[in-house]
Amino acid sequence: MKAGTNLEKVLESKRFAVTAEVGPPKGAGTSGVLKKGEKLKEFTDAINVTDNQTAIVRMCSLAGCTLLKRVGVDPVLQMVVRDRNRIAIQSDILGAVALGIGNILCLSGDYQSFGNHPTAKGVYDLDSVQLINTLKKMRDERKFICGEAIAGELPLFIGAVENPFADPFEYRVFRLARKVKAGVDFIQTQAVFDVARFEKWMKLIKDHGLEEQVHILAGIIPVKSAGMARYMRDYVSGVTVPDEVVTRLEQATDVKEEGLKISLEIIEQIMEIPQVHGIHIMAVGWEEIVPVIVEQAGLLPRPEV
Amino acid sequence: MLITEQKPMEEILSYLGGEEKVFIVGCKGCAEGCQTGGEQQAIGMEKELEAEGKTVTGICLVDFACNEQLTRMMFEAHESKIVDSDSLLVLCCGIGIQAVASVVDKVVHPGCNTVSLGGRHGEWRDGERCQECGQCVLEYTGGICPIARCAKQILHGPCGGSVGGKCEVSPDLPCGWQLIIDRLTRIGRLDRLTDVVPPKDWGVSLTGGPPTRPIKRQ
Repeated sequence: MKAGTNLEKVLESKRFAVTAEVGPPKGAGTSGVLKKGEKLKEFTDAINVTDNQTAIVRMCSLAGCTLLKRVGVDPVLQMVVRDRNRIAIQSDILGAVALGIGNILCLSGDYQSFGNHPTAKGVYDLDSVQLINTLKKMRDERKFICGEAIAGELPLFIGAVENPFADPFEYRVFRLARKVKAGVDFIQTQAVFDVARFEKWMKLIKDHGLEEQVHILAGIIPVKSAGMARYMRDYVSGVTVPDEVVTRLEQATDVKEEGLKISLEIIEQIMEIPQVHGIHIMAVGWEEIVPVIVEQAGLLPRPEV
Repeated sequence: MLITEQKPMEEILSYLGGEEKVFIVGCKGCAEGCQTGGEQQAIGMEKELEAEGKTVTGICLVDFACNEQLTRMMFEAHESKIVDSDSLLVLCCGIGIQAVASVVDKVVHPGCNTVSLGGRHGEWRDGERCQECGQCVLEYTGGICPIARCAKQILHGPCGGSVGGKCEVSPDLPCGWQLIIDRLTRIGRLDRLTDVVPPKDWGVSLTGGPPTRPIKRQ
């Protein structure tokens, strides 16, 4: 065990993992995160706390993760390189471990021009691959980037993201291989709607011999309206929503029910791919659907490990 | 005037590892002024490389290597020698190195670091090509700069926002990493993108550290 977090134990015991996500508030109130944690804890193995997603200022991920721990959730700290240089990153990692957080998800972050402070200076001192490698070095060699020693253990379970729907398609697996080389333990993917392309990507992972080296969790976004599907198709970079999905939602009499059905169908197909080790449900603003999805997908009860 | 410094010989030799025949490109513009890529330095480099057992197939001095058209024209007289070489070593600023890479489908090695544009831009004026980062990475990216052309300036691209050759930041902005991968694929060197690149030294970049060349006379 590298960090001994619940997520790591579930994945290492070869159980199909379920993770979800919580976005912290645009304020300092604690009740939202605590409530979401309470509601989702029985249905998930770990919960991500986003880090100023879409470059909009919110409560920091570290505080959100600490709140989740209070209600017994195994948190995944998302960390973007957009806002921190290597000094801040390494310092935050020490702080996270001190507060009992073991899962860290490394991302580059949505570009600052998309957020509510578009004139901010982007940092990008490290990139996401270098962030992964930094965490590995801190954990395995107990060293900072500069080479100086870190006092004590630094148990970390290192995650990253990958987008099978971005380009150039064939190269993306080579990029994932670099993340593996850098030391990543698990991957959460961008939301899967186009299962055929996802399967093709998983096949490339197998062909590259990466399946044994990293746990892949497929991303799921439950869609509750046709408008949301259209918006994601047309405006959210990196997300591919086939027209068929949009049409189904447009024609549905009970659109939420149809959205649920679509998610369940995708999960069913994904679970047939043996190299996929779990799902990551990103129910942005529709957290109450997570327990329903997990239950109807036959993924309850969550394992005690 | 673009201020350049020659890369350490050790670093240049590491680029040339496994290659035998090298063509040297110098620049009679700023690089000559900086004594990093003029005639003298090109000849000096030839001697050093031959002492290391390399074959220098030829030298071409371009008046301004950053002028892509001029570079293309000057190369015509050296075509057979260039074709016969494993790679080109370019002794000038990052813009000139990229101009050379854009006219030949060969491996192009940067021989210099660009530390400052010194108040004046190069001759290839159609867009940003060099950000004066002071630690030229063109060797690794096939002669297309990720610092100038990737919004996030990442060294292991492309990020998840690259779709259809465009950057997520704007539909008018080509993804720099897509360009890099296309070029490396074309010259058969995609294998360069396999290792994990250590964090960059931003302290030598124009915007990342203290002024390296403070103005002496106000």
